[in-house]
Amino acid sequence: MAISAAVLLELGLILTVLTIVGSIARRFALSPIPLYLLAGLALGDGGVAQVPAAREFVSTGASIGVVLLLLTLGLEFSITEFATSMRRHLPSAFVDLVLNAAPGAIAGWLLGLSPIGILAMAGITFISSSGIVARLLNDLRRLGNRESPAVLSVLVLEDFAMAAYLPMLAVLVAGGAWWEALLWMGVAVITLVAAFGASYRWGHHVGRLISHPDDEQLLLRILGLTLIVAALAEQLHASAAVGAFLVGLTLTGPTADRARNVLIPLRDLFGAVFFVAIGLTVVPADLIPMLPAAIALAVVTALTKVFTGAYAARRDRVARPGQLRAGTALIARGEFSLVIIGLAGTTVESIGAIATPYVFVLASLGPLLTRFAK
Amino acid sequence: MEVKEILLPGVGLRYEFENRDGGRIGVIARRGGDFEVVVYTAADPDQARPVFRLTEDEAEALAQILGAPRIVEGFADLSREVPGLDAGRVEIRPGSSFVNRPLGDTKARTRTGASIVAIVRDEEVLASPGPAEILHAHDILVVIGTEKGISGVQRIVDQG
Repeated sequence: MAISAAVLLELGLILTVLTIVGSIARRFALSPIPLYLLAGLALGDGGVAQVPAAREFVSTGASIGVVLLLLTLGLEFSITEFATSMRRHLPSAFVDLVLNAAPGAIAGWLLGLSPIGILAMAGITFISSSGIVARLLNDLRRLGNRESPAVLSVLVLEDFAMAAYLPMLAVLVAGGAWWEALLWMGVAVITLVAAFGASYRWGHHVGRLISHPDDEQLLLRILGLTLIVAALAEQLHASAAVGAFLVGLTLTGPTADRARNVLIPLRDLFGAVFFVAIGLTVVPADLIPMLPAAIALAVVTALTKVFTGAYAARRDRVARPGQLRAGTALIARGEFSLVIIGLAGTTVESIGAIATPYVFVLASLGPLLTRFAK
Repeated sequence: MEVKEILLPGVGLRYEFENRDGGRIGVIARRGGDFEVVVYTAADPDQARPVFRLTEDEAEALAQILGAPRIVEGFADLSREVPGLDAGRVEIRPGSSFVNRPLGDTKARTRTGASIVAIVRDEEVLASPGPAEILHAHDILVVIGTEKGISGVQRIVDQG
């Protein structure tokens, strides 16, 4: 086996840079995602440093990163959490959807994007980053606050909306017809319902095929199955991401808990590679003319999220300061907006140039703003 | 006492209760097994003041410290309800011939009719110990039986 020293060196340097910027971000309780994007931008065409040898690995790693992000999202779903969130916060979810998807769609329309581009923009501005927000609440020791269940419920319902949205978008991006998109959306929702139903009825029997007392075996089985299903879904023009998501949904209960624990380190690594890859694909020269629009959109959708969070917190009878804390906590957009950019970027080329700086601004600004909302 | 249970989707559960002094106490139980204890002030009931965090092991230790005396109390309540039944504590003194020997060797149940339902060792409570459980010096046996039976167990562990 020939080992390419250049690939190893470049990869090593990339990971070193990521850990340095990541630990700086963590020190200030900020998300490292914006810095990963910036690192990708610096390494890409027209950037400060080139990584020709490592590029192939980064692009392969990025597709694994998307698969793992969606797999772990699917694993997160729990019927009780969903039902509770639904009961208390369905109106909040509706306010969230209307207020936050509309600005993205309007911006996409004003920028002259195709219908698919408009749909993608709506998703990008709608979905808050459950990763960033959940971590933030923990780091700021706000989990005990009365507004936190409202914030977390909104996040769960957003993730649930993604279950229907992502398959639809992925099929449309791959050139599928509307009916195919709706079909895949139906498959995702049916899988979700079936997995919930099965886990409710048969409990631990589901997932016994996958489950194994040894962590290494469990990891290999889940990864193997996920990659096969992801590849099949890609073959059927439904995107690997959707396939991985479906696998995540079918695993529930203790198997899902253990799977999450073994997968999270891997997801963090390949997720970081994916964020770098998104940065790599953006050409700095394309970025500059789009910056004012991206910033304006960021300001508008930051305000709409504050309103959404405040509305949800008010439903739980939280006073003004708590409403503001809830609203600002939701501002951060992150991994799933980037997944949408990654999906749509192949057909709607200009989306990366507008949406990447948008996510950059809100992933950095969101955590900062909520720190100051005491 | 009313303990409110609030679901934190994606994180775990929060328990909330009021103590006798009127302070509101919250306990966040995370999916991963970690805990966080917070208090709420009367001035701002929405905002939690962090008190401390506990890992799974630390939480276990704390639960045992808080739970140990209550187990004996619980048995005392039980014995009050059944006439003639008593609960008592029997210490294994360092000179006892049963130190470092299995509980089964005492044959306490056969000889006295009283049952050893728990062993309190340092901060730990071993509920319903098996006959193979090795006794240590300073272990406290929680015994349920008649008054005579309990003093019989004390005699056995003291004198063999």
